[in-house]
Amino acid sequence: MDVSNTHLLDEAVVTTTIDAVINWGREASLWPFVFGTACCAIEFMSTAASRYDISRFGAEVLRFSPRHADLLVVAGTISYKQAPILKQIYDQMPEPKWVIAVGACASTGGFYDNYTTLQGIDEIVPVDVYVAGCPPRPEAIIDAILDIQRQLKREKCFEVRNTEFKGKLDDA
Amino acid sequence: MPNTAIVIESSELLQTITHAKNSLGFTLLLDITAIDNLNKTHPSSTRFELVYILRHADFKETLIYKVAVADETVGVQSISSLFSSADWAEREVYDQYGINFINHPMLKRVLNHMQFEGHPLRKDYEITKGQYCTNAQDLMDEMKPLLKKRNLDLNKGDLMVVNLGPSHPASHGTIRTLVALEGETIVAAATEIGYLHRGFEKSCENHNYNQIIPYTDRLNYCSAVMNNIAFAKTVEDMMDITLPERGIYIRIIVGELSRVIDHLVCLAAGLLDMGGQTNYWYLYNPRDNAYDFLSKLTGARLTNSYMRIGGMTHDLYDGWEADLRDVLTKIDFGITESLKMIAHNRIFNDRLQNISVVSAKQAIDYCFTGPNLRASGVAYDLRFAKPYYGYETFDFDMVIGSVGDTYDRMMVRFDEMNESLKIIRQAIKRIPDGEINVNDKRIIMPAKSSVYGGIEGMMNHFMLVIEGVKVPKGEYYGAFEAANGELGFYIVSDGSGTPYKVKVRPPSFYHIAAYPKIIENYQVADAILTLGSLNIIAGEMDR
Repeated sequence: MDVSNTHLLDEAVVTTTIDAVINWGREASLWPFVFGTACCAIEFMSTAASRYDISRFGAEVLRFSPRHADLLVVAGTISYKQAPILKQIYDQMPEPKWVIAVGACASTGGFYDNYTTLQGIDEIVPVDVYVAGCPPRPEAIIDAILDIQRQLKREKCFEVRNTEFKGKLDDA
Repeated sequence: MPNTAIVIESSELLQTITHAKNSLGFTLLLDITAIDNLNKTHPSSTRFELVYILRHADFKETLIYKVAVADETVGVQSISSLFSSADWAEREVYDQYGINFINHPMLKRVLNHMQFEGHPLRKDYEITKGQYCTNAQDLMDEMKPLLKKRNLDLNKGDLMVVNLGPSHPASHGTIRTLVALEGETIVAAATEIGYLHRGFEKSCENHNYNQIIPYTDRLNYCSAVMNNIAFAKTVEDMMDITLPERGIYIRIIVGELSRVIDHLVCLAAGLLDMGGQTNYWYLYNPRDNAYDFLSKLTGARLTNSYMRIGGMTHDLYDGWEADLRDVLTKIDFGITESLKMIAHNRIFNDRLQNISVVSAKQAIDYCFTGPNLRASGVAYDLRFAKPYYGYETFDFDMVIGSVGDTYDRMMVRFDEMNESLKIIRQAIKRIPDGEINVNDKRIIMPAKSSVYGGIEGMMNHFMLVIEGVKVPKGEYYGAFEAANGELGFYIVSDGSGTPYKVKVRPPSFYHIAAYPKIIENYQVADAILTLGSLNIIAGEMDR
């Protein structure tokens, strides 16, 4: 078909970029994997329950296999014992993938500045959005998801993200 | 009032405890812990002392034995042959303090990871010295003897070994259970915990008493206020102070409300695991209503930190009564609707009845407490056995199961919520006016007007913030009937504002220790529901 002949297609066709189309789709179909370990996971339960209802933002298809998910929600304290497991789960997720650190512990270790608590998950996996709070309210978790949506709209859809990242548990 | 511990020689430990169990009737081993005397100004003869806390079969009395450990590498005799609960308790002491137990079946770390070097609760272990872990353990050291006992061989036949967790949707937190399967049936299981070990006890030794309150919130985060109360009450008992009536009533009201919302989340999640999603909405939504009440009262939805030593941050707000009554009505509605769907539901009953039965004898041997023990038909509830806060004046019943299966554990919780609602309604009617905090400026912060308006108030405030509430020298075990069972705090004070040692006696730790044994011979799907019915809260289990 001769595409230059625009009047034949009229308003049936919208020209755009592949990034815009794919990201438009991705934005409203984030599939979260909830790595819930502690108190923040209970607030995530509230986020998913009917009052706050995470599905309003197209992120309600909670996956319990990392291979199905593209959004890692780390809700809770990560201890050094837990760290290799979190790393493995992150590695198992297919690209593209985003990470939210929910709450003080996942972001910085929180007030557990001690021998057993990882001082922020960004020591082992790259983080896109940090959520403050101990634990954050459901609104804050929803806000983080909206942030991810805004972020991913600006990204190149075929690019592999975070190739530069080197975590403490990555091989040297 | 400190408890008096009976000091015994390490050589007579096994004999003495056997005697206490068989002749004196102390059948529950509540907890074992150790004290590191390194930083004490007047230390006793040895660096390490072991503390054994037992409870009598009539559930009223506790008995504390102290044993001086001459050489921690030699250690003392294990008592795991007497009590099943001693197995993991001794492992924890070994892990945290490095004290050996002779003849222990498998003495290895339980909270810290396998690559961890040193023992974190020793006073010479620096609090911030973290150690990266790179590998998970394969747990075959526990699995192989279990299979051998049943004459099974991994390399022959159709045995399959599967990991349930640590990251598993139905593990309610991060708990790992390695199971050996014959078809769908579990023939052997080994559980690994410690993934949420957050160093609660070490942090306590580095903060003053009021600073510990927020940490206690995060022990059992499903009923945070209750942990606040249990801790504050233990410290107050050490100082021999009693709250004014109104303060006690507020504690009863918010405490029982936390018990209800704790059971709500346990049942909601348990039923969700079963596929009963509608129940989840009916049970979880009233929890959100309770959050509204709590956040209006305390400023936080989940981790409230409402209590202080000697009282609480502030009084109830105007109009609390109507708000609370509204929450209670909604909880009532949720429970009723949920029960309509399950009480006579064939699937619910068939899937839960006679699954993972724990007999009364077994439950006591594992040191179950709370709803899980009552489900096995043992009438033990601290609110009845040793009433505090005037619980004896309230009209409510103890809920007891008969079989001790998953069904009983869940239904006991359903009925307990109704009993708690009864208590709250009576307390709303009876709550008196007056002070909420003890009237003692060494304990309670002065009013802001006097802090900003005068030197005395300002100094008072300053000293309380810098030095904390001073607790008289001594050792004390305080027990509290929390949502999951007996929540105990064993506190050692050296007279300063910072505790020398705090040990939590968490109900969930002892429940999970029994878990791999009680799921044997049932199916994987049953094991998931058993875990849900035990209501394991990782925060208090791993601390």
